[in-house]
Amino acid sequence: MTDSNGSNSRFLKSTVHVLLTGFGLALLLLPFFPLSRVLLFTPWLLALTTLVRLYPLIRSHLRIPKRVRSIVPRASTGSTCIASTGLGVAAILAIACFPALGNRYTVDVGVMVGIYSLLALGLNVIVGWAGLLNLGFAAFYAIGAYSYAILNTRFDLPFWPGAVLGVLTAGFAGFLLGLPVLRLRGDYLAIVTLGFGEIVRVVLNNWDSFSNGPNGIMNIDRPVVFSYTVRPPYPFYYLVWITVFIVYFFLNRLYKSHFGRAWIAVRDDELAANAMGIPANRFKLLACIIGGAIAGLAGVLYAAKVSFISPESFTFMESVTILCMVVLGGMGSLRGCIVGAVILVTLPELMRDFSNYRMLLFGAAMVVLMIVRPQGLLPPQRRLEA
Amino acid sequence: MLEIRGLHVHYGAIHALKGIDLRVEQGEIVTLIGANGAGKSTTLMSISGIHAPSSGRILFEDFPVEGMRPDRIVRAGISQVPEGRRIFARLTVQENLRMGAFARSGSSVGNADLDTVYDLFPILRERRLQRGGTLSGGEQQMLAIARALMARPKLLLLDEPSLGLAPILVERVFERIREINRSGVTILLVEQNAHMALHLASRAYVMETGRIVISGDSRVLVGDPQIKRAYLGEMDIDTTQKPTRSA
Repeated sequence: MTDSNGSNSRFLKSTVHVLLTGFGLALLLLPFFPLSRVLLFTPWLLALTTLVRLYPLIRSHLRIPKRVRSIVPRASTGSTCIASTGLGVAAILAIACFPALGNRYTVDVGVMVGIYSLLALGLNVIVGWAGLLNLGFAAFYAIGAYSYAILNTRFDLPFWPGAVLGVLTAGFAGFLLGLPVLRLRGDYLAIVTLGFGEIVRVVLNNWDSFSNGPNGIMNIDRPVVFSYTVRPPYPFYYLVWITVFIVYFFLNRLYKSHFGRAWIAVRDDELAANAMGIPANRFKLLACIIGGAIAGLAGVLYAAKVSFISPESFTFMESVTILCMVVLGGMGSLRGCIVGAVILVTLPELMRDFSNYRMLLFGAAMVVLMIVRPQGLLPPQRRLEA
Repeated sequence: MLEIRGLHVHYGAIHALKGIDLRVEQGEIVTLIGANGAGKSTTLMSISGIHAPSSGRILFEDFPVEGMRPDRIVRAGISQVPEGRRIFARLTVQENLRMGAFARSGSSVGNADLDTVYDLFPILRERRLQRGGTLSGGEQQMLAIARALMARPKLLLLDEPSLGLAPILVERVFERIREINRSGVTILLVEQNAHMALHLASRAYVMETGRIVISGDSRVLVGDPQIKRAYLGEMDIDTTQKPTRSA
């Protein structure tokens, strides 16, 4: 009796909560849109808040509740494993089949989702694993893109060697930024990384002889695979997503290795990690290099996709968006990064009509999410290992 | 085994250690006692290489280790149980232990090492798949000690292992420390619980504001009236009456 009463009141509470948040958000929109538009949008807001609210429930049906998880030995988490493998296979199938269902436009959005997934995965290594806040991550994206663009247009370097050099350059930039970053934390770290991001963009914008300034670089070559040119959107979609899977796989392995555990140790207690002989600074530096290199890879792919780049594509807002993807998905979680990228790339596309107020909605949604679910949509769930 | 000569450490403008001289012989338990802020932990941190000394020498097995990287020092055979336990909360007990052996192996640790520490602390074997953060204070202290042992140290530095533990647990932890020492590990113990420390150790150093003020055989120090008054909380005969203070 008491049990059903309890769940009833909880249901009521959740419903009130959802309605209040949903309509509250809708009210916020009123000053900016005609009423008819707002009404059109309200169901979506309600659906979104319901989803966010129901998420723990949905998850608890899929896996063993958290509290039990932390003490049960590994053998009995088998069902979790199957569930998550099943979800993984479903996700791969969905991504592979997506172009068959979509049109050129949606597949093009799919390409961008892939590129942002890479960026989020890269930033996740720095922010989620090493715990270093980075507000200038777009700089590495820019460095990758410009490296390939310049090498390709000026020195006629083909895609593959250009891509490798772009990734290496961005990784090296990660290393360079990592050096001073090791001495900083918190606000200071945020300021330095933000400054770095701006410096890179401003240099690209003003150094005409090097980067062609605000006019950008045009006619960047597409990738060529066995004399077949990979063009957007359809073939390029697969190139990007295969890259995402490779990076995802690599990072997943890395996180499950003793490297991953060392990162967790450094984040949990840096002093203890040092006392145990885990070189905390080296692991932070390594995270900066890996994160930078992955962003560089995303930059190379972006340059090859659009074939025209300019500093405008690598502003502070890009850095913030990528950070939001990581936070939204759940810091430290690889699946979360992909989910964050999917949401934050597709949502603005769905909201094209309201493009002027996009950022407002975006901000409101983030605020709501951080109140309702501060750990992100898919927080990392590490299997407890011996 | 360990010899410190004229060690100075500065934190910015603060002169934390003002010339420490200290010796630990093979197989000993030596304790370093003193009040808060005397520089005990700083001494351990400079031995571990986490704080670089501004001057002075630290010799480990006649080999200078001052200014060396912490992981090299761990590999040389000195490992530390830091103050306040500092367990890796998100890692399981067994992963914590593996992290203790990080400097030694980098990746894989023989199960023999795990068995050794599990035999010493059976409760950890039961809890091995539990996250470190979910352990009780006493269990965390045992995990911290076990983690440091995973590095197979020749010299174990213990920083306040009694901190925040119930008396019965302190007793148990100290028993284990004695056992570890009997198995051949030299121990340098920093403690505020001077009473327990002096009874466990064979020799002791007393620190005050960055200097060593008294040193000697701990049995002698236990009887020293100055030590009694300052660190053991035992008062002279005529002041043993309960303080009568009005509220």
